[in-house]
Amino acid sequence: MGAIFKFHNDLDTDQIIASQYLLLPSIDEMKAHAFESLDADFSKKVQPGDFVVGGENFGCGSSREQAPGVLKALGVKGVVAKSFARIFYRNSINIGLPVIICKDLPDQVSTGDTMELFLSEGIIKTGGREYSCTKLPPYMQAILDKGGLIASLNEAETASPAVSKDGGEQ
Amino acid sequence: MGMTIAEKIIASAAGVETVKPGDIHTVTLDRMMSNDGTTHLTIDMYHQQIKNPSIADPKKLIFIVDHNVPADNPKTAASQKKMRDFAKEHHIDFWEGKGVCHQIMMEHYVCPGELIFGADSHTCTYGALGAFGTGVGCTDFLYGMVTGTSWLLVPKTVKFNLTGRLRKGVYPRDLMLHIIGQIGANGVNYQVMEFTGDGAKALGVNDRMVLCNLAVEAGAKSAVFEADETALAWLKERGREPKHVFRSDPDAHYFKEYTFDLDKIEPIVARPDFVDDVIPAREACGIKIDEAFLGSCNNGRIDEMRVAARLLKGRRVADTVRFLIVPASNEVYIQSLEEGLIEIFMEAGAIVMNANCSVCWGSCQGVIGENEVLISTGTRNFKGRAGHPSSKVYLGSAATVTASAIKGVIATENELE
Repeated sequence: MGAIFKFHNDLDTDQIIASQYLLLPSIDEMKAHAFESLDADFSKKVQPGDFVVGGENFGCGSSREQAPGVLKALGVKGVVAKSFARIFYRNSINIGLPVIICKDLPDQVSTGDTMELFLSEGIIKTGGREYSCTKLPPYMQAILDKGGLIASLNEAETASPAVSKDGGEQ
Repeated sequence: MGMTIAEKIIASAAGVETVKPGDIHTVTLDRMMSNDGTTHLTIDMYHQQIKNPSIADPKKLIFIVDHNVPADNPKTAASQKKMRDFAKEHHIDFWEGKGVCHQIMMEHYVCPGELIFGADSHTCTYGALGAFGTGVGCTDFLYGMVTGTSWLLVPKTVKFNLTGRLRKGVYPRDLMLHIIGQIGANGVNYQVMEFTGDGAKALGVNDRMVLCNLAVEAGAKSAVFEADETALAWLKERGREPKHVFRSDPDAHYFKEYTFDLDKIEPIVARPDFVDDVIPAREACGIKIDEAFLGSCNNGRIDEMRVAARLLKGRRVADTVRFLIVPASNEVYIQSLEEGLIEIFMEAGAIVMNANCSVCWGSCQGVIGENEVLISTGTRNFKGRAGHPSSKVYLGSAATVTASAIKGVIATENELE
């Protein structure tokens, strides 16, 4: 069970981590500034196992991988949104941060609510209700399961399927 | 079933006959570009996380310091030094302070038919030359650097049929802001925008860059024009040859089609804090500004410098405004010097800066303070994008930005006459 931090539609990656912190030496030095423009105390309040919930087009804008990076470094267990912008979505999977598409949940929850994620079943429980989420295409799920793209590269250096027909949107 | 340009580029990079939207393929990358926004992290990951670190082909890599140059503090300097040293050690093409990464890429590298990853969201710019450019994060970049390949989900293509011609005083930037306003910030999420039609064909390569560059602001994975005679002539002038010239098949499948009549487009302004929140510029007239910015990978080329100089000649920047003019590359800067534009800018009271991303990304000289208002030719107007979180950014064309700098309030070119 983790606490929810809820954000608006078209939440851009500049809000997750502003430009002036991107050239700091490490994600660890940047993470205290996560969501600073919207909630200056976010990094102090968020606990490992908590969740970020957005609306449509979460993570739009800049390709800065520091955005999912700081969330993961702060212990955020997953990001749930109605839809994601593609670069944030791909970056998150690549670093092993679960990103979950759930059309119904975001409008029903607020910051401070709690939720429980059952990732492999694709289910979220919150407020006495159960929500089903869109499953990742198997190729991407496999990357996530291994802990990210680099972990999967290290594990099987020759791997990479020639083609997978079971892709699908996002 | 035929294929679109984007599908053909991916099929070629995957070494297969055909692809269709939704397939995931392993592709060989033609080039990879990374800038100082993330490269220091990529290098750390290379050393710390890769089991057997090696670079597949250093000749395909380009490192460009453009976001925060010259460095503004010791930590930035250290991150850039890491990048500089790594590039030298591994014989990677390295550019510093010579221009915004996408402008450098277009001037020196991009060729039609190539598949290019850039660790920057505006990599979609390269479609102006019929290449498939897409923005990635540093993990994707690292994987590509080590393996020479990546995985790619084939996107659907959406056709944007452009008809007619833009009227005098209306620019490709107005057109693209209008399109984004119509389709929304996620209007083509995960899809490719293919620009076609007589209106598209009449645009020069610089104008095509303006359109392709902003495609990511509508969520696009990439954007593309056919590499026609205009593009090939531009390429030839620079001594480069296409890899492949692909054309969409007559029976190619488009997920959706839009038509825009260029004659009907008028000057547009995007309001804070969303690129798709657009209104006719005339409705924004009179809003007081503190700073104006002409530059960026979207709108800092010679065409825009000429527009600004035409409007500034014999006029002055308002006393209440700082007008930053930042050519997108040294090539643009030198051409502007040779044409006498820089002198006009300086005589009018503008601040001319070295080629870099500048205030478009809000972490460089020129950032704006609490509650200040900027009108910009930059790529984005997100909350705090240009400085303090309470500050506001309006986006407009080079003409609207310059006219506003002269008037001290948002104004269109027409109001100067």
